[in-house]
Amino acid sequence: MSYLSQKHLLGIKNITKNDIELILSTAQNFKEVINRPIKKVPSLRDITVANLFFENSTRTRLSFELAQKRLSADVINFSASNSSVKKGETLVDTVNNILAMKVDMIVMRHSSPGAAIFLSKKVNAKIVNAGDGAHEHPTQALLDAFSINEKLGSIKDKKIVIVGDILHSRVALSNIFCLQKLGAKVKVCGPQTLIPKYITSLGVEVELDLKKALEWCDVANMLRIQLERQDIKFFPSLREYSMLYGLNKQILDNLGKKIVIMHPGPINRGVEITSDVADSNQSIILDQVENGVAVRMAVMYLLAGKQE
Amino acid sequence: MKPKILLEKNQFDITVKRLCHQLIEVHNNFENSVLIGLQPRGTYLAKRIKHELEKILKQKNIKCGDLDITFYRDDFRKKELIPNKTNIDFIIEDKNVILIDDVLFTGRTIRAGLDAMLAFGRPKDVELLVLVDRRFARHVPIQAKYVGITIDSIETQNVKVDWKELTKTDRITLLSK
Repeated sequence: MSYLSQKHLLGIKNITKNDIELILSTAQNFKEVINRPIKKVPSLRDITVANLFFENSTRTRLSFELAQKRLSADVINFSASNSSVKKGETLVDTVNNILAMKVDMIVMRHSSPGAAIFLSKKVNAKIVNAGDGAHEHPTQALLDAFSINEKLGSIKDKKIVIVGDILHSRVALSNIFCLQKLGAKVKVCGPQTLIPKYITSLGVEVELDLKKALEWCDVANMLRIQLERQDIKFFPSLREYSMLYGLNKQILDNLGKKIVIMHPGPINRGVEITSDVADSNQSIILDQVENGVAVRMAVMYLLAGKQE
Repeated sequence: MKPKILLEKNQFDITVKRLCHQLIEVHNNFENSVLIGLQPRGTYLAKRIKHELEKILKQKNIKCGDLDITFYRDDFRKKELIPNKTNIDFIIEDKNVILIDDVLFTGRTIRAGLDAMLAFGRPKDVELLVLVDRRFARHVPIQAKYVGITIDSIETQNVKVDWKELTKTDRITLLSK
């Protein structure tokens, strides 16, 4: 199997284990490419990609853009804040207008869950979901899996705990799908109010005590508290949250084993993770960022190569 | 049609040794020369040649790398293109590069190889060494300087090179469909 089973990358839920393994092994080759003196290959020189960001992003957007440029694709960027969306244009109209300018691939971030799936049914271009609301963020899950595999040598049977705001996190959902497909055991940890009610139906366990979760795991993926998505108060104060669920050096040193620390960014230093942990040698946060470019190159390379 | 064996074990060995001696004539002790095998199958020849050269020259430091050209191909989106590993841990700036592949057919792989190689520096010059040259089949103006055997074949035929590292025997076979 050396083609993706899907025409788009909309989420991890609807791709197969083979697809994930193909993306990760191709990303390995691109990681070698981006560490060469000349970091560019001509594979996508006849492809035009539009990056549509209807929601704020720094890392993902730069990472996608860099990946596209390293593949020699032509890139156009669009952000909702200074566009005709403000004048009342619908999503499908906006995208069809962009496609009329002969664009082959769309990378989209949108605040509505399902926006990428909706778009894939309406327009004729390859769609890469760069985050849709609290639903999925497939490339983040893939780069997390790539980083774990790189650090620990494999993913099968590894124990991974995702800590924090699971309720509002697209990273958590995509990570759960991805890691489980690759044979890892996944737990989620956080205040009860930030754990979705039916999360156990996905086959993950819930642990409310951070220390117990950390003692169990090989890898801890610390998530940011997404205050911008919280319309009501889910916990009394950030201070209380960080006292109960923040990861600091003392907790880490008392574990008696070296676990790997991950964070999808942006970090709120002093809330979910302290600076000395984020910058410690157990943290692979910056490796995740580097691997993000390689993984996104692999995704776009494989989607562009897929025949109709 | 029955497969036709073009080279068997002993002749295969003699051919590789002859190529090595031809290289030594030009490159002396390989101080400024490097070998680059094209993935996937040129790498077996490159490693074999490195090994033979080191035996003949009684030295151990000949540089040899593997180059994958998948991302540089011109038939992307026409067929399945899954990459192999590139492993070049030296720079080729101002070096004499010997590009190595098993079979030279349309020349498109070598064309892509020339592109891919430039990501590792600007070589002083580049030569091409192939084990089998399928004459009269070129799509681009590329010729090898060192050739194991030259054969005449038609497009529907296939040349298969077996390596003892993979199939326990060294052999070149002409297959007809």
